[in-house]
Amino acid sequence: MIGILSYGAYIPRTRLPLSAIGGRPAKDGGPEKAVAWNDEDAITLGVTAALHCLRGFDRSRVDLLVFASTTLPFQEKQASALAARVLDLPRAVQTSDQTGTTRAGTIALRAAFDAIKAGSARFALVIASDVRLGAPSSGLEANFGDGAAAFLVGDGDAIATLDDFAAVADEVTDVWRPASQAYVHSWEDRFVIQESYSPNVAAAIQALLERSQTKIANYDRVALYGPDARAHGDAARAAGIGKDQIVAPLFGRLGNAGTAFAPLLLVSALEAARAGERILVVNFGNGADATSFRTTPQIEKAGDRRGVEWNLARRRVVPRYDDYINARGLAPKEWDAGTNPGLSATILFRERDDDLNFRGQQCRKCGAIQFPAQRVCETCFAKDQFDSVRLSDRIGKVVTYTFDFFFPTPNPPTIVTIVDVDGARIHLQVIEIKPDEMKIGQEIEFVFRRIHESGGRPNYYWKGIPKPV
Amino acid sequence: MANKEAIRDKVSIVGIGCCQFGENWDQSPADMIVDAAYEAYADAGIEDPQRQIDAVFTGSIYTNKGPHECADALKLFNKPVSFATNYCATGTDLMRLATLSIAAGVYDTVLVVGYDKPKDRGVSGPSVVTDRVRDLPQTPAGWFSLVAATYFEKYGASRADLAKIAIKNHANGCLAEKSFLKRKITEDDYFKARIISWPFGLYDSAAQTDGAAAAVLTRTDLASRYSKAPIKIKGVTVRSGPNPQKDPKNDFLSWKPTAWARDDVYQMAGITNPRAQIGIAQVHDCFSLTELLTYEDLGFCEKGSAKDHIASGDFELTGSLPVNTDGGLKTFGHPTGATGVRMIYENVMQLRGKAGARQVPGVEGKLAVSHNIGGHPTACGIAVIGRD
Repeated sequence: MIGILSYGAYIPRTRLPLSAIGGRPAKDGGPEKAVAWNDEDAITLGVTAALHCLRGFDRSRVDLLVFASTTLPFQEKQASALAARVLDLPRAVQTSDQTGTTRAGTIALRAAFDAIKAGSARFALVIASDVRLGAPSSGLEANFGDGAAAFLVGDGDAIATLDDFAAVADEVTDVWRPASQAYVHSWEDRFVIQESYSPNVAAAIQALLERSQTKIANYDRVALYGPDARAHGDAARAAGIGKDQIVAPLFGRLGNAGTAFAPLLLVSALEAARAGERILVVNFGNGADATSFRTTPQIEKAGDRRGVEWNLARRRVVPRYDDYINARGLAPKEWDAGTNPGLSATILFRERDDDLNFRGQQCRKCGAIQFPAQRVCETCFAKDQFDSVRLSDRIGKVVTYTFDFFFPTPNPPTIVTIVDVDGARIHLQVIEIKPDEMKIGQEIEFVFRRIHESGGRPNYYWKGIPKPV
Repeated sequence: MANKEAIRDKVSIVGIGCCQFGENWDQSPADMIVDAAYEAYADAGIEDPQRQIDAVFTGSIYTNKGPHECADALKLFNKPVSFATNYCATGTDLMRLATLSIAAGVYDTVLVVGYDKPKDRGVSGPSVVTDRVRDLPQTPAGWFSLVAATYFEKYGASRADLAKIAIKNHANGCLAEKSFLKRKITEDDYFKARIISWPFGLYDSAAQTDGAAAAVLTRTDLASRYSKAPIKIKGVTVRSGPNPQKDPKNDFLSWKPTAWARDDVYQMAGITNPRAQIGIAQVHDCFSLTELLTYEDLGFCEKGSAKDHIASGDFELTGSLPVNTDGGLKTFGHPTGATGVRMIYENVMQLRGKAGARQVPGVEGKLAVSHNIGGHPTACGIAVIGRD
């Protein structure tokens, strides 16, 4: 049966209390938003969600990857090709980036289903991820949150099938960001809601209900994109969506996650759903679309997945607004980034297997696993007799550690460790742990992160986080 | 198979020189090279270096401009001038290359110049390397502190033991004319200072400075022509080691290259009882814990017992085996390429009985050891010298 086989979500652990925006004191306990930290962007968020989605699945069978985002770090250089490498997908994978609208996630999901139904792909991974910036201290800054969702689609033990899809397109200069600018712009919000959001959402829902000969009351859960809590509530009421149907939109916990927003609400719905439920996903951006799903008995066997609830339970509250501004690189700097060419592209090219796929090697003679790839075995000195092994999905253990206050970072210290992964020793930054909680033997899971911006572009590698319990 | 004793006593140090270490804003590398080399010339009674110096071995890490910087500063042209680097063991490796070239009978008299100029870069402390994505953050404090969590847990040492090393080296530095820092510190100062990379705070970390040091080496049978007090090279070696950051077998209780270089150089020098035969040591205190580990790894005390020997003052100026008598890297300063040669300078002064206020009594008849460790650490150099 063709359908969604798995899902995953990733919401950055860092939360900015909305009270902190505009320089007011940060207060924990009130409304907040999830914010990508200095080592995160749309790529790392999306890849992390995808890793969560792929847990327990054979990734060598994925032959289509669609990456949806309005905040891809490169305008020219494909995000899906980078993600495919990091996810250690087969070389023959088809890759595609979907961008330009917050609706890109549902468009990508629809495209993946179409590709599989048409026979041009067998297993498709769809990632929706966004790290949108509102100007500091603006209303949009308070509104936006960062996150990512991922779905594996294919012919197999589907947990949900796609029933129908309808879309309307519209041209309104309501919310936009020119290519050269960092901050999202919006026309007056009343105009955006009255002339763009409300009518487009209503039209898409109407189109779907007509196509599928269903009524809104037939749906057990409705995942509805909303520009803000009030407009979301108004649109739901206007469409006749009851409080028991609507999927909680997470304002005040996540924030408007852009391209990832509706997909994350779909994850929420799938997490809660039982077999035989109908789920409607309504998305918005330069028009609107509506997608209906039906869950299968398989959903009750989906087991523990890292979905929205798992992510929202992991929190670290930013103590000061300035920390957020520094981490996002929004504070003026003493020195311009300059025009250095950055890391050698040839070295990056040669080291893709190590740095992106996070593959080490196992010696065929002595069996020792080592990292990075080397010509001569570190243990038995055999030459060129290795098999490549993926380390990114293994668990490491801290051998030793230090807390580096010297390395420039928004939140010193940088925790630096030697991690043992089945015998390989890796010099690795560990994040998401307090120094006084670090101990020898700490179990470590690997996460893909931004390391620095040498050359004025993001450079990526892996870090460790404490293995989640 | 290597002949471990092949070079013992064949080469002697007849001249030493060292410029004032510090933040030498108004000096170029050439200025410091000239200061150090001409002091060494004068010490050896060399009046015509263009004629009397047969070859030059020079090295630095930060300027890294090859042999011409030194050759041009000293106008030593039409000569074999070689430039070598071996991380922080550069100075000791230069001594080794010079010694081998003389022992091989190729040259009679060779000049060694180690120098560095980190203070022209506009930043405090060593460079933070961002030319790769792997292994970040790349800071020396971050590399050398990786041994702390493991060592502290196994042997019960703590920052209080490291404080005593820092206090000692600050006190010793006050007695050395050419040292950078001349300021005593207290335990209170130590614990109030900011942390660089745990457990290393400001006072655990070497003072990065500019500086140059030089030595003139010659055949032992010619040494009396140059010096009334030539000092013999008993052994000098370097050892490579695996990168501890990826070495699958590293216990993080000691640094492997030190133990390997020790085994080699003690055989070269005929050292079988280090505590009895060695009277003084200059060891690589890039960080206080590096010095502590080196006490053990050079056989000055049993593994794990360093804190007891620190407590009893064994390695202080008045102790049974004084270490870093001139303040070490901590306060004399650490111009990377110069440090190994600066240690030779101090050991020669001590063996001649000319170390002034910091002179260790009764050391003249004993052996003096100098030790460098560098890289991640991935290399160690050790030299053993003595009068007799």
